[in-house]
Amino acid sequence: MARTLIKLPATARRGEVIEIRTLISHPMETGYRPGADGQVLPRNIIRRFSCRYNGELVFSAELFPAIAANPNLIFHTVATESGKLTFTWEGDNNFAQTESADITVTA
Amino acid sequence: MRVLFFMLCALLSLAAAAQRLSGATFMGPSTQAMQRDDSLNPAMLWVKEGETAWRRSDEGNGKSCASCHGDAERAMRGVAARYPAFDAQAGRPINLGQRINQCRVRQQAAALAPESDALLSLESYIALQSRGMPAAAPDDARLQPFLERGQARWQQRMGQLNLSCAQCHDQRWGQRLGSSIIPQAHATGYPIYRLEWQAMGSLQRRLRNCLSGVRAALYPAGSPELVELELYLAHRARGMEMEAPAVRP
Repeated sequence: MARTLIKLPATARRGEVIEIRTLISHPMETGYRPGADGQVLPRNIIRRFSCRYNGELVFSAELFPAIAANPNLIFHTVATESGKLTFTWEGDNNFAQTESADITVTA
Repeated sequence: MRVLFFMLCALLSLAAAAQRLSGATFMGPSTQAMQRDDSLNPAMLWVKEGETAWRRSDEGNGKSCASCHGDAERAMRGVAARYPAFDAQAGRPINLGQRINQCRVRQQAAALAPESDALLSLESYIALQSRGMPAAAPDDARLQPFLERGQARWQQRMGQLNLSCAQCHDQRWGQRLGSSIIPQAHATGYPIYRLEWQAMGSLQRRLRNCLSGVRAALYPAGSPELVELELYLAHRARGMEMEAPAVRP
């Protein structure tokens, strides 16, 4: 399991734009670098990130080899209703991780 | 006249103190922002792991760091600011990572490999508890010979480039080495997340990095020579603000 850090406000007013910050530990090995033995290291990157808000896709991103290790993604969404945000990272070698966070929306 | 002389001395020492700058002041604004904000600082991933490891028993004997030390936020406050410290059993100074391993071996589990994520995680979690406190290298007479050796090594030219640490970091700080600015080398932020490494690393890794930069023979990781250098750096940075886990370019 990769370590993750997710930061978003615990509560927000309806219609408010909220900032969401995610950080995940991942080597993002490009597939172009030689290792200590001179052999090229196989590629191992996260390919896709998505965020769902009560099941609805609100943000997604494709990631590529030029992205640094431990990718940090910051994005915004509109707080519509109380519920759960789920964050999914998918990548090479069947890497898949899902985390979630709750938000309370007040009128 | 005499009064004037003392005032001048006081002013000069003040100026010298004011000139001590953390490596963070030499970084670009985006890297500084990364260090300032815990939700941007990748080192916090290691801290989080360290927090879990603090309470976890690794060998199934029910013993964890927390079972003796309790809450790290209280028990480990200011500890990292005091290392390296003299260890009576070893008869020489040891750094924080070596202290963690010594404690593990004595109390509960096998030693962690130097520079491993597991050790760096615990180190960074403990170092975080001293953030914002002044670096407080101990005044211990037993450390004196080691401190002197560390200082001598700092000033000794070495490697194919025939450079000493002091020539860059004391005499040419603020200038450039290639494209990067030479900092004053105050080790107040270790372990650090270094963007060049794309990972966490200890002060010893950084020292070995510099040694290979001047094409010198590397002291092995964990060697007394490196700890003596660490000790000298800790004394040199006395009173400066601890900022671990820092981000460096």
